[in-house]
Amino acid sequence: MTDRITSLHEAITQVMPQVEGVLALKRGPAGISAPYLFSPEHPDELDLLALWPKEPVPDTLKIIQRAHADSKLALVCRGCEERGVVEMFKHSQLKWENITLIGLQCTQEEAEFCRCAKPYTVHATNIVGDRIAGVPDPLTDKIAAMSLEEKRAFWMEEFQHCIKCYGCRNICPQCFCNICTLEDEKWVETGRLPMPNPSMYHMIRAMHMTAKCVACRECEETCPAGIPMAVQFRLIARDVQEMFSYETGAKLDQKPPQLLVLEEGEYQRTGLPH
Amino acid sequence: MIEYKNVLTTCPYCGTGCALHLQVLDGALVGVLPAKGHPISEGSLCIKGWNAHAFVNHADRLHTPLIRKDGKFVEATWDEALTHVAEKLTTFKAESGPDSIGILTSAKCTNEENYLLNKFARAVIGTNNIDHCARL
Repeated sequence: MTDRITSLHEAITQVMPQVEGVLALKRGPAGISAPYLFSPEHPDELDLLALWPKEPVPDTLKIIQRAHADSKLALVCRGCEERGVVEMFKHSQLKWENITLIGLQCTQEEAEFCRCAKPYTVHATNIVGDRIAGVPDPLTDKIAAMSLEEKRAFWMEEFQHCIKCYGCRNICPQCFCNICTLEDEKWVETGRLPMPNPSMYHMIRAMHMTAKCVACRECEETCPAGIPMAVQFRLIARDVQEMFSYETGAKLDQKPPQLLVLEEGEYQRTGLPH
Repeated sequence: MIEYKNVLTTCPYCGTGCALHLQVLDGALVGVLPAKGHPISEGSLCIKGWNAHAFVNHADRLHTPLIRKDGKFVEATWDEALTHVAEKLTTFKAESGPDSIGILTSAKCTNEENYLLNKFARAVIGTNNIDHCARL
């Protein structure tokens, strides 16, 4: 671990003169770390650099870039976070040209914690750590192998534990709509727990995450009810890859399928309200 | 210089003691992040914790105490408000006895502040009528 910290420290120091700040994790009180923008003016603060647990940093980067659109910033990112940045760029949420990526390759232990298929960066030019292969996701495989009835029973049971904290939506860097369907009383009833129809909330989110989820698993991690919701996004991602040959966050110049349809006009207006 | 940092604090909404990070951009509070690795909340929050920053700069938040005069709330200074409360409590205690007064403490207070309120009720007012705000 110490070696990775030292290497990351060096990589950041190298990039620092070209940017106005480097977003990484900083060790705080009681050893609890959080995202922090390291400044070239305070190089000593890098002594408090932290690696783990990972945070939804693409979202943090968006918060900073919204206020400082023209500032050059660097981001220390893992594979999933890099994919998040790529996807957000494609949806006009981030300015790619103003971001320098410092890639932090995940360790075997970290990859297993996330059941991650791609625990490495591919776009970052400054890279810390050795690239390892993806690890299997036994939970997703187990649920994929279930019959339709078993799947329905499994998810209904899981969704019933939902306390509707909106944490999965709040923490998700890919959830960036200004108006959220999940706050529309028409779809998700307010003021009642357990939710009268909990699958509504979770199915809406699953649909909206299609071709957007980058499998960072932040939603699963923050869920107070321990719902393994990343599984459903990963299963949808398998379908999207099969149907559209689209892999989220992989290629910068490949348009997400939902944008393609609109741009190329492959469908005809049927007189439906638009 | 761009400043972005997170300030670790305790959720103000109930007595559970979940930890959260207040996201601060250029000196302004912009959001909340759960605190991963915290022994109580373990990186999770409920809907109240996720919105713990919302009241801080809310347009409806009061900036001064208000005293009701002729059925209308009128802005007052802290000195005026505290003097008013002290006078009323003294009057009620003298006229109707200490048990005519009850005190509701708050989960938003610290342990020490709640201890002081308990002392205030029992030693200053002279009543055992002290309870938690959840009884409201």
